[in-house]
Amino acid sequence: MGSPMKIRASVKDGVTEIKVLMGHEMETGQRKDANGAVIPAWFINEVTAKLDGKMVMQAQWGPSISKNPYLAFKVKGGKAGDKVSVTWVDNKGDTRTDEAAVT
Amino acid sequence: MDRASVGIMAFLAVSAAAVTVAYAQKDAAQDSIEAYREALQDGNPAELYEASGEELWKTPAGPKAASLERCDLGLGPGVVKGAYAQLPRHFADTDRVQDLESRLLTCMQTLQGKDPKPYIEASFTAPPKEEMNALAAYISGQSKDAPIAVTLAHPKEQAMYELGKRMFNYQGGPYDFACATCHGQEGTRIRLQELPYIPSAKGAAAGWSSWPAYRVSAGQMWSMQWRLNDCFRQQRFPEPVYTSDATIALSMYMAATANGATMKTPGIKR
Ligand code: HEC
Repeated sequence: MGSPMKIRASVKDGVTEIKVLMGHEMETGQRKDANGAVIPAWFINEVTAKLDGKMVMQAQWGPSISKNPYLAFKVKGGKAGDKVSVTWVDNKGDTRTDEAAVT
Repeated sequence: MDRASVGIMAFLAVSAAAVTVAYAQKDAAQDSIEAYREALQDGNPAELYEASGEELWKTPAGPKAASLERCDLGLGPGVVKGAYAQLPRHFADTDRVQDLESRLLTCMQTLQGKDPKPYIEASFTAPPKEEMNALAAYISGQSKDAPIAVTLAHPKEQAMYELGKRMFNYQGGPYDFACATCHGQEGTRIRLQELPYIPSAKGAAAGWSSWPAYRVSAGQMWSMQWRLNDCFRQQRFPEPVYTSDATIALSMYMAATANGATMKTPGIKR
């Protein structure tokens, strides 16, 4: 589930820039709550991106990524109207996919 | 020149050079802080809170199962666009000068039948305040790029402004601090945070136009009420009551001083 991602993608000179904002707690598992109990780790550990149906990026993440992660990357190719789809999976098995069109 | 004065001259020359270096370093430090801020600007997580705030605004809730969509933020029932840039203001129905958050509490009470008390008493990280912070992100975002236009036409608005100005300069507490102690001088900084000179139009705008803001270091969306609450803490003053007149007065003072500047909300801070 999670909350919706914000995805922006634009193409310029044959390079598509994809910017993704994800809403996630990214709890490290190192912190304790007010009562001293460890707050369980809860973070995105896999991110994949497809451009026009083709996998263009695959990342393995860990607890050192900040809360509400922001990811920007560039891919060769792509054209206006192409579909960008981004998926994350977290260590609890939760997952979310959102889409946007290249402008 | 005797040897001692030559020595003193040499010392003076060295310290002048050292001062120049210190200034250059300060500029370089400032530049890299600016670069950092610019990099952050691009993917402001406040957008995520704007989205959840919009959902809260439009979703029926409370005993009356009503949404907030008929809430009058000053520009008429349901008008969100540009409303934040004209707050605080006097509202005839409550006969009070209200900021965004106190006005939202009024709407939650009248439209949704909710009790404002849990919202007032909850800590800033507890769920009721999370709702307020998200709503503030959404509504302030609908005033992005609008000019700040607060009027002091109503006598109560004028009185609120005067009260805020007095509070800003009111010294007290264990350290004998006023807001003005930290924000009453041009060009100062605590650690890496510039301290805006709030009595000037430019300084007031720097503060007022950039909150609510997402704080990267804490991963939290802060409303203006939260910002002010933390300034009372920095001042070692007793914690103000959420949406109390004291907080609205300070907001009125800052907003009116910032009049004409452009809203950049929601902002992003370290
Ligand atoms: C002890 C010094 C101190 C006092 C007293 C103080 N502040 Fe601040 N204020 C700060 C610091 C430091 C920051 C930067 C905050 C940060 O990043 O943590 C700040 C930030 C702010 C900001 C946001 C500025 C920006 O550009 O983002 C506003 C607005 C503000 N203060 C208003 C006030 C008001 C109103 C009062 C009196 C109730 C007050 N402050 C009292 C130190 C102080």
